[in-house]
Amino acid sequence: MTTTTLAYKDLERDAEGFLKRPEDWNEAVAEEIAREVGIETLTERHWQVVKFIRERFLTTGSAPSIRTLGKESSVPVKELYQLFPKGPAKLAARIGGIPKPKGCI
Amino acid sequence: MKRILILGAGTAGTIMANRLHRLYRRNVKTADVTITVVDQDQQHVYQPGLLFVPFGIYRPEEIVKPRRNLLSKGVNYVSAVIDHVAAEENRVYLEGHEPLDYDVLVVATGSRVVPEETEGLTGPGWREKIFDFYTPEGAAALAPKLASFTGGRLVINIVEMPIKCPVAPLEFAFLADWYFTQRGIRDRVSITFVTPLDGAFTKPACTRALTHLLTEKRIDLVTEFNPGSVDGAAGELRSWDDRVVNFDLLVTIPPHMGAAFIPRSPGLGDEMGFVLTDPATLQSELKPNIFAIGDATNVPASKAGSVAHFEAEVLQENVRRYLAGEPLDPGFDGHANCFIETGHHKALLIDFNYQVEPLPGKFPFTVGPLSLLKESRLNHLGKLAFRWVYWHLLLPGRDLLGIPARMSMRGKRLTLNPAAAPQPERPPTTETVAR
Repeated sequence: MTTTTLAYKDLERDAEGFLKRPEDWNEAVAEEIAREVGIETLTERHWQVVKFIRERFLTTGSAPSIRTLGKESSVPVKELYQLFPKGPAKLAARIGGIPKPKGCI
Repeated sequence: MKRILILGAGTAGTIMANRLHRLYRRNVKTADVTITVVDQDQQHVYQPGLLFVPFGIYRPEEIVKPRRNLLSKGVNYVSAVIDHVAAEENRVYLEGHEPLDYDVLVVATGSRVVPEETEGLTGPGWREKIFDFYTPEGAAALAPKLASFTGGRLVINIVEMPIKCPVAPLEFAFLADWYFTQRGIRDRVSITFVTPLDGAFTKPACTRALTHLLTEKRIDLVTEFNPGSVDGAAGELRSWDDRVVNFDLLVTIPPHMGAAFIPRSPGLGDEMGFVLTDPATLQSELKPNIFAIGDATNVPASKAGSVAHFEAEVLQENVRRYLAGEPLDPGFDGHANCFIETGHHKALLIDFNYQVEPLPGKFPFTVGPLSLLKESRLNHLGKLAFRWVYWHLLLPGRDLLGIPARMSMRGKRLTLNPAAAPQPERPPTTETVAR
């Protein structure tokens, strides 16, 4: 495996745009994905959520739900929806380079 | 002596108790094995029947039976509220009853709706113009409301996933279209289906089929709508991002959580109270002698009775292996099988698992093939016949007319979207045929 940083456009993604390999992720990639989903600038609050969600996935193997985000990321649910319109858990996961949350079956 | 303790006497717990009793019948007679089931109340509700109660198709009393009568003789039944599981002591503490010790514990306490989790949902208008139909009380209260409804905006809403039987809310919308057509007032009723998902369902081929049906039945679809609050007085459903859907009658599917004792039992469950469970063996992540089945688990399968039925075959084998000191069988593939009632005496059938989404085609069945992902009258008859099947075959833990636990690819058409439908891990020829 190569250690050089691949350009975002060359990274493997699934049909919905989620990175296939979380280890491909870095902050520059996060910014590119964010622009792709319509978030022009990632503020400190965005980063707080993105880093929380990624950290949680890497330690537990599953992405936290919106409920957990609201309780534990120190960003309230209302603000989560302002930061990541429509689907905070899904969008933050995508920007954080982890798979789509399994909440929906 | 080996003590098997099952928490919950719903679909999964009852099937499990009856299967294990059949497996260990002789050992139970000689008192080498005991099987005990705990539940907090006496009434077993046939939950698929709740969908039909609001439309007057079933009366509430037609879908309940005493829990005790559904368990094999030889299975002990304890009616008590569970306080918590003390995994390190292999003991379950109960309210107002002495604690129960176990060698193997099976958690089958299902999931429950928690309308209080959404601001305003149980406030003004609750059970007057805001109803649920996932509880016997809610479904019963909704029947006279629908019967006296003369027109207006009917909104059907899923607050958040996961929910039991993810297709039931859509079925409700389809039946509402049929019901108001029958009553001759369909033109005076608007029906809107509001979901947090990005489509009518979670799996692509199924979403396409269901979206088509919604359009055909003039049911509006609002997606990616996550309700933050409800104002019953004003008739407003408001999302976290401040979009508003107005209603005259709201039929809501409130948030679901696992049983209340699970958060009181350290390490057993996740933040929603669902048991942390291995998706293939159904063993808990907490301790090897704890297993979970049905809606109570956190496995990424539908919360549906058919899933509990298929899981039971694998779990029975794994309880046996655990007690015999053998390695567990990672045999559960996430198999689910659901009829989707579409109104006008028709229904769809879907069959899927962890890897394979619902596909079109034909489902091989004893009385002849059933259409997959396509409306038919035979599927509707299958859905109605299922109530008999439930009481007389499913709960006793019998195999269902030759439907194996592991999903079969027979009859399914893969041509629509091959990329989204990878082959099952084991080829169909090596399937274990249902015993």
